[in-house]
Amino acid sequence: MIQALFQEQLHVLNVGLSSFADSITRAGGSVLQIEWAPPAQGQQEVGRALARLVNLLSVETANQTAFDAYQSAQPVLNGVGTAGQVLPNMAERMILHSGPPISWNDMCGPMKGAIVGAILYEGWAENLARAEAMASGGDITFEPCHHHDAVGPMAGIISPSMPVWMVTNTTNGNQAFCNFNEGLGKALRFGANGPDVITRLKWMGQVLAPALRAGVELLGGVDLKPMMAQALHMGDEVHNRNAAASSLFLKRIISALLKTRLSATDIAAVVEFIAGNDHFFLNLSMAACKAMLDAAHGVPGSSLVTAMSRNGVEFGIRVSGTESRWFTAPAPVVDGLFFPGYTAADAAPDLGDSAITETAGVGGFAMAASPAIVKFVGGTPQDAIDNTMTMTHITVGRNNAFTLPALNFAGSPAGIDVRKVVDTGIQPIINTGIAHREAGIGQIGAGITRAPLACFTQAVSALAKMVSAT
Amino acid sequence: MARATKIIRNFYRDSVSLMQVSSTIAKLPGVEQASAIMASPNNVTLLVEAGLLAEPVVASANDLLIALQGEADALESALAAAESSLKQPSPSSTGSEQSRGISPRSIEMGLGNLVGANLALISTPGEYAAAEAFKALTLGLNVMLFSDNVELKDEIALKRFAQERDLIVMGPDCGTAIINGIPLAFSNVVRRGAIGVVGASGTGLQQVTCLVDRWGGGISQAIGTGGHDLHRDVGGLSMLQGLKALAADPSTSVIVLISKPPSPEVAVKVLEAASGAGKAVVVNFLGADPDRVRRENIYPAATLEDAAAAAVALANGRTPEARRASVTSPSTPPLAPQQRYVRGLYSGGTFCYEASLLLKKELGQINSNTPVEPGDRLSDVWTSQKNTVLDLGDDLFTRGRPHPMIDHRLRNERLLKEASDPEVAVILLDVVLGYGSHPDPSAEMAPVIQKARDLATKGGRHLVTIGFVCGTAADPQNLSRQETALREVGVLLAESNAQAVRMAASVVLETGVVGGRL
Repeated sequence: MIQALFQEQLHVLNVGLSSFADSITRAGGSVLQIEWAPPAQGQQEVGRALARLVNLLSVETANQTAFDAYQSAQPVLNGVGTAGQVLPNMAERMILHSGPPISWNDMCGPMKGAIVGAILYEGWAENLARAEAMASGGDITFEPCHHHDAVGPMAGIISPSMPVWMVTNTTNGNQAFCNFNEGLGKALRFGANGPDVITRLKWMGQVLAPALRAGVELLGGVDLKPMMAQALHMGDEVHNRNAAASSLFLKRIISALLKTRLSATDIAAVVEFIAGNDHFFLNLSMAACKAMLDAAHGVPGSSLVTAMSRNGVEFGIRVSGTESRWFTAPAPVVDGLFFPGYTAADAAPDLGDSAITETAGVGGFAMAASPAIVKFVGGTPQDAIDNTMTMTHITVGRNNAFTLPALNFAGSPAGIDVRKVVDTGIQPIINTGIAHREAGIGQIGAGITRAPLACFTQAVSALAKMVSAT
Repeated sequence: MARATKIIRNFYRDSVSLMQVSSTIAKLPGVEQASAIMASPNNVTLLVEAGLLAEPVVASANDLLIALQGEADALESALAAAESSLKQPSPSSTGSEQSRGISPRSIEMGLGNLVGANLALISTPGEYAAAEAFKALTLGLNVMLFSDNVELKDEIALKRFAQERDLIVMGPDCGTAIINGIPLAFSNVVRRGAIGVVGASGTGLQQVTCLVDRWGGGISQAIGTGGHDLHRDVGGLSMLQGLKALAADPSTSVIVLISKPPSPEVAVKVLEAASGAGKAVVVNFLGADPDRVRRENIYPAATLEDAAAAAVALANGRTPEARRASVTSPSTPPLAPQQRYVRGLYSGGTFCYEASLLLKKELGQINSNTPVEPGDRLSDVWTSQKNTVLDLGDDLFTRGRPHPMIDHRLRNERLLKEASDPEVAVILLDVVLGYGSHPDPSAEMAPVIQKARDLATKGGRHLVTIGFVCGTAADPQNLSRQETALREVGVLLAESNAQAVRMAASVVLETGVVGGRL
């Protein structure tokens, strides 16, 4: 009300010339300067589309619905399956990869290497050359994990006979899947495909998976959300640091393993394998996040991001209200610290489905929980807190299940809103590992990257079209 | 003694927060004992032993258990209180932790940092301004849109959108407003009082508010509308809204409306609304026929100065007097016979327009870059012809350089050029003070005025410089200090633009008589 304005103290938000704010201050007025820059990197049409969407009731309502579905999701690990049998629409000669869709010719080195490895693992070809010919020859269908309710870190390769975690959101029944974590060093997810890698994958399928299947069955399922919440209180952010969560998981599974009919040798090998890999829980964290976010997907009008993912060439996002579309931009190079002997020149562009964790409000968004990781990615504990705080400005709410001790147990910021990203220019922050650009060398560092704005500006345009069409 | 329990499944909280919640709930009236706890078998056993649970509950260590003991009718609300305090974001998430955050990047983000925000002042490049204004409106803020180059269709859409929400859009291209005593953008520091002004012209608003201040009155609100508001397609939406707001404002007793003549249908709408405002309304539609403006409760004013004078009189309970139309000619040394013309070098567009109107009556054709009559448009704005007044704030001049209220170089160059023209009798200047304008305009102008006069003297002429300062004693530049500095270099100062113009006209007319050419 204009008349009401006359009765109140004037409080001005100054957008533009900062001298106007100075004048208001000098005149004794109350003013806040907005650090304004043209939204959407100056694309006027997107800026206008955004203006139509800001504070629009239908979008706000849709976002609340989507956020509630995400927030109330209860991801439970309730099985270990074989990809070809349990993943929806998984075909016989199909290999899944991380990120948005990509053809063989366009794939990055680590992804190609991992695919070749998967072909060898499946026994579809006897040697590298044959496997490569098969991959490039069109005999195999490549599809994103995300198209099959699945996620995978780094190259994210899932072939039909690989074991997968099966996670169910018990609140509304949707399922999510993730492959198993092989550990650091030479691993398929970094594109390594030598005999030792294949041998380990075989062991994982033949020994690890049945053992874990039996253990999970005996436990009657494992609630993942409380475990993640607890790990956040123990210094993990459950993306790039999973030391606590992996220990918590091992603590849960170990007695169950002992109750199975497995040989003591196998149990020892399984326990040793899990205990030797601080990232063992990452793939469970990812499946849990995927299950929570898929529950929030498909709400018409919602501007909530339900997936952020990279294939080493492109970065892609999906948004609740824009159906199955991907909005993509070139994958950024990660700003990080490198292991001795490696530099940024060796790094592959951003890779992997693991940014599903940030999408779900953990990982980089929960960095305040993980001072230990800050050194790894270069910075101070205060930087970690600042990173989390910054993310509160582009998210719909706080996940009350994921509380952050350093922020006096406030919930972690969750539910990225494409509108807010475009309006503020604040890019979602992602903690991530860095793969060598060549296949098979493995992880060469870790660091922080930010989701490219271009993905979000495209999403805003698309959403505005859909909202105005209804 | 009754018991009550509640289990929140899969809801993890650390033990310290849970103890805090427990102790808060235990203090509620009618509650004897309270415990909020993660429901591990050990904890459940403890609660049974403490008498809070009659028997073990079916729950897991991931479930949060609230158990209460007390008066039966108190327990349900206590359980609800416990649950809501657990599910509430911790106080720090809205308080101190924010202060560590980054500075706001968007209007929406700014709303979180400025409690009670009620107006967005937008001065982004024009192509982005409409979108920012839409965001501000949709978030419930009034808008002052300083930016220009906003498309008319956007202006219309913004103003309609605002009207539906009972908000106001001042602008686009709105340079001046004073809301609740706070000067915004290019505005002066004026006394507060009973006179409310709505103006489609920034410098018009500045002139009226400064003169009101100079003559002892005060301003309740000064609302800018932007120059296109009274365009037929916009329909005076902002002026009508401002008028309505001032009519309802108990602190406003007199209303002043300022504009160039609106399109006829808009004029009728505005004047009818003004007539029905229930308050005295002074209307200055620059150049309009007073008889067409006059209505019940409406006092037409021919000039900005007249509008200010009438408003002050009305606010003091007097009937506005007819303003003296003539001024005594200043005593100046005799001018050379060929010195016949006025050259007005204005920084304020409305001043320039008003000067054209007034001079035209006295001197005939007035050439300008922004002429009253289309036929009087200068073919080359860089060269004056006979009687010429220039709006140096026009895009033609400001392209690639700051506005002449901020940067005096363009006007100073032009002043020297005019001074060396032997046909020039009078240089007419406006000096605009207030926030936004140059911090010390007289310091920029005085040496050049001196140089201009010296140039004329060398050519055997006396150059008359007439000006006025639009400003107040409380302005950062200080009115009297500016006036003193200008007087020291021989500028003849008037109180207002209208007076300065009349003075200039009289000098030219008198020289004409002396020279025997009329």
